[in-house]
Amino acid sequence: MPKIMVIDDSNSMRALIKQALTAAGHQVIEAVDGQDALDRVATPGAASGIDLFLCDVNMPRVDGLTLVKKLRDLAPFKFKPILMLTTEIDPEKKRIAKEAGATGWLVKPFQPDQLLATIRKVLT
Amino acid sequence: MSQIDAATLAALQSTFLEESFEGLDRAETGLIQLADDPDPEVIGELFRVIHSIKGGAGAFGVTEVTELAHVMENLLDDLRSGTPPTAEGCAALLAGVDELRATLREPAGARQLRAATHHEICARIVASRGAPAAKAAAAPVIAPAVAAAAAPVGDPAWLVDFKPHPTLMQTGNDPLRIVRELVELGATVTADLSRLPALGVLDPTELYLAWQLRLPAAVSQAQIEEAFAWVDGECTLAITREASAAPASEPVAETAPVPAAAPEPPPAPVAVLPMPAAPATPATPATPATPSRGGGGDDSHSPTNMSSVRVGIDKIDLLMNMVGELVITQSMLGELDTDGPISVERSAQIREGLLLLARNTRALQESVVRLRSMPVSVVFARLPRLVHDLGHKLGKRVELETTGQGTELDKTVLEKLGDPLIHIVRNSIDHGVETPDERIAAGKPAHGTIRIHAEHRGSAIVIEVSDDGRGLNLTRILSVAKQRGLVAPDAQLRDDEIANLVFAPGFSTAAVVSDVSGRGVGMDVVWRHLKEVGGDVHIESMPGQGTRTTLRVPLTLAIIDGQLIRVSEQSYVMPLLSIIETVELEPARLKRVGTAEVYRVRDQIVPVIDLGVAFGLRYERDLASGLLMIVEADGARVGLIVDELLAQQQIVIKSLETNFGRVDGLAGATILGDGHVAFIIDIVALTRGIRRGGRLAA
Repeated sequence: MPKIMVIDDSNSMRALIKQALTAAGHQVIEAVDGQDALDRVATPGAASGIDLFLCDVNMPRVDGLTLVKKLRDLAPFKFKPILMLTTEIDPEKKRIAKEAGATGWLVKPFQPDQLLATIRKVLT
Repeated sequence: MSQIDAATLAALQSTFLEESFEGLDRAETGLIQLADDPDPEVIGELFRVIHSIKGGAGAFGVTEVTELAHVMENLLDDLRSGTPPTAEGCAALLAGVDELRATLREPAGARQLRAATHHEICARIVASRGAPAAKAAAAPVIAPAVAAAAAPVGDPAWLVDFKPHPTLMQTGNDPLRIVRELVELGATVTADLSRLPALGVLDPTELYLAWQLRLPAAVSQAQIEEAFAWVDGECTLAITREASAAPASEPVAETAPVPAAAPEPPPAPVAVLPMPAAPATPATPATPATPSRGGGGDDSHSPTNMSSVRVGIDKIDLLMNMVGELVITQSMLGELDTDGPISVERSAQIREGLLLLARNTRALQESVVRLRSMPVSVVFARLPRLVHDLGHKLGKRVELETTGQGTELDKTVLEKLGDPLIHIVRNSIDHGVETPDERIAAGKPAHGTIRIHAEHRGSAIVIEVSDDGRGLNLTRILSVAKQRGLVAPDAQLRDDEIANLVFAPGFSTAAVVSDVSGRGVGMDVVWRHLKEVGGDVHIESMPGQGTRTTLRVPLTLAIIDGQLIRVSEQSYVMPLLSIIETVELEPARLKRVGTAEVYRVRDQIVPVIDLGVAFGLRYERDLASGLLMIVEADGARVGLIVDELLAQQQIVIKSLETNFGRVDGLAGATILGDGHVAFIIDIVALTRGIRRGGRLAA
């Protein structure tokens, strides 16, 4: 069962994503912001087996881009897919996300089906 | 497919709304600060709030707010990148916050009715950003669907030359994912292994392969580009139409790993891609997430009525513990419940068990009370905006300082506090704080300050609102009160008694009735609201230095510590907190002054009420045996003649009004351990009866 970490400071957004993912048989770990995500992956045992990160961009404490950079510096996550959840459709913002090490992005608002279709692409 | 069912979506939607309202409240506070102090932290927070609303709006079916949120976000983004905030910008953002809140509060069907207001505010925000930004803001919010110009039939096939940079995998991308996607579109693939090094020097984290793909002409360019959207800048990509001049350039390429030595250079590239701003996921433009929420009346949330309480996990854990203890005690008592005579030993055990049960119950009760409690910051949060707006309107400069906002109290009590606080603060700004000129002339700083402080005192919460304005005009208050017949024309009142006349119904001294306060209902409402929750309000004024209004409310409405007393054959409950002392009644010290009776306790003279007479239980006082209970309410002391003090215990208040009707002098009733009903004495009403010189019509 693929394990997915969802990092978003909006409870409702996290709940929506989790609902869609668990219904599709994924296991979901939630983090409320970048720092929380880093704390969680630093917990022994937690790091193993995360197959995908879904990460909001604007978050308190540690924002999405910083989080991606930090995850890429950690050996277990160097090549893991990290999708940014973004409302940006600005190419410049996308370029910055790529430079930070993001795999791709999902533009909010998205429908559960779109989310799952995108995830299927990266989880094969 | 794993569609989310309607009920779950509705629940998620209400979480989203709740979260949005909280965010908007924070945004409002932030915006008010912003004008004076453009703190990047605050701007960041503002940006996140609006951003979350924009992001969530589509997903939760509130697309009506997307455009407004987007425009606001643009302006906030300017601020984030260092543009100093302007007054118009902040005002427009505040209007936007209000509008977002108002729209989110509307039921789903009515939201689009606000479109006109939205456009107006959007225009204001865009205007405040200045000319160059306006263009960007006017751009559509949700990208139009990919312009899928389907290739006319007969066009040549696509040739795609995909050369990933060696580092492509380091962003977590998998080139095979892209290749697979294109194969699904009908591509045939040739892999280019020419760059592959010998195994010994191969770095597994780098990518050495390249691919050529040939796609049917019917596939649109946008579809192909979309597959590469995530790897833009991490590969060299050429998408070209197969030159019709060379129709057989790649006739058979189905065997995947053909180490193509040097595939003939692709025909003239049509486009070497810097990726266009096409969205990665073709967002269906502006389609609401939920088509139409039919059936369920699920969308009439009005989350501001605080009908739900958010409870911290720690409180629930505590509650669980208590219940656990209770279960253990219960089973222990159950074991003692055997047939046969009760031995001394067993009776001792039972008593011990009951003691434990009492302790558990008390602890459980306390944690349940905590469960219902919320921090006063919930009501404080409404004030900064009020102060800001009112100050502007009246040309006064006012600062608000709040302390103790973490103080918690019962939700029901808290709800009753909101309006009184607003009235008091409004009055302070309208009548108390002077204009900057007047203040400077009086040797005060131009800024007026309103301080609000909340704290626990015993089983009550005290909230003090103080300002450093001109204080109350006591002479005027007294003359108005006399004029309106609120006090006798010849009454002699102390200063603090005069000040507190402002709480009398129908009192207003404002020479000009402004639309801010001063319709003569404000302070009256304050008093009534506080009485409703068993609280009290008191005002002090220092001429030229300001006023201080003190609100005192019980922690919870449901339970009080009570003293049981006997009057004649009846039991009554006196709230323990209001009792100062109880003394043996010495008939000699009882004096008659006019129509009232007074009693001398040490150096103090207190008016006396015989409860037995007041409640119509007897006609004459039985002076032989009596106690005088000195109680305090409304800042005044009164002696009550009672016959006997019984037990002290916790009293669960049952409202008389809901079950019977309001009775003057009684605050409610309770059921005692033996099943009898005892009335709870309303000391404030009793003392007021004394002050007006009248008797209780009990």
